[in-house]
Amino acid sequence: MIDLISSFVPADIAAHAPAILVVVPMLLAPIAALMPNGRIAWLMSIFATGVSLIMAISLVAQVRSIEGGAVLSYAMGGWAPDAGIEFRIDSLNSMVLLLVSAIGFLAAIFSWPSVKAEIRDVKRAMFFAAYLVCFTGLCGVASTGDAFNLFVFLEISSIATYVLVALGASRDRRALPAAANYLLMGTIGASFFVVGVGFLYAATGTLNMAELAIRLQPLQGNKAVLTGYAFIFVGLGIKAAMFPLHQWLPNAYAYSPSFVTMFLAATATKVAIYALVRFLFTVFGLEFSFEGSTLIWILMPMGIAAMIACSFQAVFQTDVRRTLAYSSVAQVGYMLLGVSIGTAAGVSAGMFHLVNHALIKGALFMALAGMVLSYQGTSLNDLKGLGRSAPWTMTAFAIGAVSLIGVPLTAGFQSKYALVSALFENGWWWAVAVVMFSSLLAVVYMGRILEAVFFRAPSNPNKRRREAPMLILIPLWILALANLWVGVQGGFVAGLADDAAASLFIGGAS
Amino acid sequence: MTGEMAIAAALILPLLICAGIWLAGRIPDLREAVTLIGAGALFIVAIVIAGMVASGQSPSLSLGEAVPGLEFAFKAEPLGAVFALVASGLWIVNSFYSIGYMRGNRERNQTRFYMCFAIALLGAMGVALSANLFTLFVFYEILTLSTYPLVAHKGDANAQRGARIYLMTLLGTSIGFLLVAVIWTGALAGSLDFMPGGLLQQAEGLTPVVASALLLLFAFGVGKAALMPFHFWLPNAMVAPTPVSALLHAVAVVKAGVFTILKVAIYVFGEEILNATASREFILAVACFTIIVASLVAMTKDNLKARLAYSTVAQLAYVTCGAMLADPAGFMGGSLQIAAHAVGKITLFMCAGAIYVATGLTNISDMRGLGKRMPLVFIAFFIASLSIIGIPPLAGGWPKYELMQGATDAGLHYVPIVLIVSSLLNIAYLLPIPILALMPPPDTPEPAAYKRPGGAPMLTVAAPCFTAILCVLMFFAVGPISDFLEPATGARVTADLVSGGPS
Repeated sequence: MIDLISSFVPADIAAHAPAILVVVPMLLAPIAALMPNGRIAWLMSIFATGVSLIMAISLVAQVRSIEGGAVLSYAMGGWAPDAGIEFRIDSLNSMVLLLVSAIGFLAAIFSWPSVKAEIRDVKRAMFFAAYLVCFTGLCGVASTGDAFNLFVFLEISSIATYVLVALGASRDRRALPAAANYLLMGTIGASFFVVGVGFLYAATGTLNMAELAIRLQPLQGNKAVLTGYAFIFVGLGIKAAMFPLHQWLPNAYAYSPSFVTMFLAATATKVAIYALVRFLFTVFGLEFSFEGSTLIWILMPMGIAAMIACSFQAVFQTDVRRTLAYSSVAQVGYMLLGVSIGTAAGVSAGMFHLVNHALIKGALFMALAGMVLSYQGTSLNDLKGLGRSAPWTMTAFAIGAVSLIGVPLTAGFQSKYALVSALFENGWWWAVAVVMFSSLLAVVYMGRILEAVFFRAPSNPNKRRREAPMLILIPLWILALANLWVGVQGGFVAGLADDAAASLFIGGAS
Repeated sequence: MTGEMAIAAALILPLLICAGIWLAGRIPDLREAVTLIGAGALFIVAIVIAGMVASGQSPSLSLGEAVPGLEFAFKAEPLGAVFALVASGLWIVNSFYSIGYMRGNRERNQTRFYMCFAIALLGAMGVALSANLFTLFVFYEILTLSTYPLVAHKGDANAQRGARIYLMTLLGTSIGFLLVAVIWTGALAGSLDFMPGGLLQQAEGLTPVVASALLLLFAFGVGKAALMPFHFWLPNAMVAPTPVSALLHAVAVVKAGVFTILKVAIYVFGEEILNATASREFILAVACFTIIVASLVAMTKDNLKARLAYSTVAQLAYVTCGAMLADPAGFMGGSLQIAAHAVGKITLFMCAGAIYVATGLTNISDMRGLGKRMPLVFIAFFIASLSIIGIPPLAGGWPKYELMQGATDAGLHYVPIVLIVSSLLNIAYLLPIPILALMPPPDTPEPAAYKRPGGAPMLTVAAPCFTAILCVLMFFAVGPISDFLEPATGARVTADLVSGGPS
């Protein structure tokens, strides 16, 4: 399928795929903002994300065309790297790009009914413009090979995100403090990151990440580099909602418009984790990260703390969105734990879970968005009895839920299996106990929701509730079926994750 | 029919039946016909598979890999073939019974009920025929999830509570322990395939401590085996309609659990490694403890189904006990117990259901003298009780004999004592029920009138009578059955004579 679609992309265009992927949504964003009505802006956002998706597919095909994964270097505007900005695509970011653009495309399709219900008419065009800007930023972060450019894209996506979150105010005024909180934390994170990049630039004189990796090798004990390392680590940690820097996330997810929650949950933290992994393994290199003991003494304990503390918090939430938000932080913990093992198998498991979790949370939040359309309110009480009145929406929700728990034949099972295998191979059997305990907590908090949905009588039977519209159901079921597909035939995604991990270790060893 | 086709048929048939039931949902007679014909066909497939295994073939089927290293693969071997035969064969009987019970009781959502039943059978078939731990785990979970709606069938608060405990215990133990054990095994041995002689033989660096931990994870991770302290889901699952208790909580679900334990003992650990594993004796002691304590608890229960549930907990521990004896006679005893207890306990449950449909009674103390009205039901109950107790000429006698032999071979003298005490306790809590019903003391008041006009539906009486007869027949058929099982369990040696008796 990947090869089939990429074969339709002309070679001239394929050669410029990294640029087109980012530039098309970027250029369409201001045009969309000028559109007189939201529907046109919506169609433009579908078009833009669709183009990006095709480009991402083409990139994956190009990277996979060589055994072990090619590295595509694209000089922006024809300026050679170091002077110009380089886009560098390898197995790792082609996977992240495919994920972001696929989710972005599905999200764009699904957005209309949800946006129509939650955003006022005059703001819709601006809303889609902000969405496209956010999407551009995320794709840019995932494709750029330049540390400062990464900061720029990170800010582009973040600023758009603050706007998107704040637009939830028409539904719930608490979106405003949530957005302000996010703005504050996000800006601190971005500032830390750029300060860190500044230190690296001072020490090495380059911003190109590949070049940085080479020049940093002899500077192992350099204080400036170490300081830069710490700033970058914390800055990206905030963006990735690494425990205990995750406080912005639950409110931002709970009060932003349903569509924004879905898109952010499936992509934003994932891209930040990608950036973190990129810096830890490619730029600084495995040796450095280990000598700093960051992986074992910071990343791993934080991952484990997130898995336990946030799963517990998820259990005690009454708002389903907040349950899922805390669960997201906990799942970020799984990914960080996988990465912190520091072996190819571990990083691969972390990346595998990254993709799967995007599919899971995408499906869950999309189903919730569909539910909110006909029935305002996302408390556990509101969900009672929905299984009967909206069977299709809620069955897809259930698939996402069992996948989150990690029931066999779903995506979540495969990545947890890979993670636990990697942990055993490394002899971290106590971490296995933590993973399993956290999974049991997932059984508890998702079980409560599923029970309310399928086995409880509606608390207010007079209130109207119905199935989500087709525009939501189709992308929703695509995601739900993707969960099952990865669960039964997960070779493709697992292969992507393996290649991605392998590419880091080849890069890190040199 | 080739081996591949037979196994594919065993897996596809339940799905087709499920779809057929759904399509025919509006016409109850047609829907029931689908169940019965499907169950019959599945039984025939199981017989075909068993025939192939008996002639020395090992039919196998691979459905490809989920991710590299995790293959959906199936392979029939004697133990699994017997389990498949028992589950599918008793499904036919139980389906007849279900029809009588569900209609007699005017239960709602019958289509969903029968569909879940078919999926549960798919789970049982998958567990029975799996060729590796991954496949077994997948179908084990399918069995758990598909039976949850059956347990919660009544839909009232009590049923929901029971069902929640059911799901949480089974999912919790399987994800918390069994999955860990499976992945750990994979990491140690580099493969998950069941292997004669034991998969762990090829594990490098398997220290006794690791093996002990692994065995503990397996034994307590298989919550369906109801080893104490993870037994409480079974009494709670009794909120389900009686056909569910009869087939699933006496045959398919719980037997899938103990079957997994046996399979792990024989094909993952193997006799040799198991014998060298220290935690084996601990689990054996836990199993013996479970046998005695569950029997004692059963005596205190006045609710008939609760008493039977605790009796099941005790009887299941026999199989775990056999597996942990780690010698051929022990394995054989455990395997025979799977079949013998299935036939006996399903009879008891079906009798309990027949009584409930006819009279609405659930408490044993109300059943005195009821035998006058329902003689056949209580005679079937009596026969099955004798079989559970282990009195010849009834099926339950053989497993106990084999287990005692196995324990003596292994030099564990407390196990036979436990088994004998258990038999005495069985007598104390099972036999008074039919005896007081059939021969009430002179001054017993007349039993209450039938709640349902006409008493128990014919099907709910015929089915337990049929399985009661099976209890007798199986006693005489034990020769062929044990010959069939011998390739899996290993040849029994008459150790007492060879080694000069236990020292």
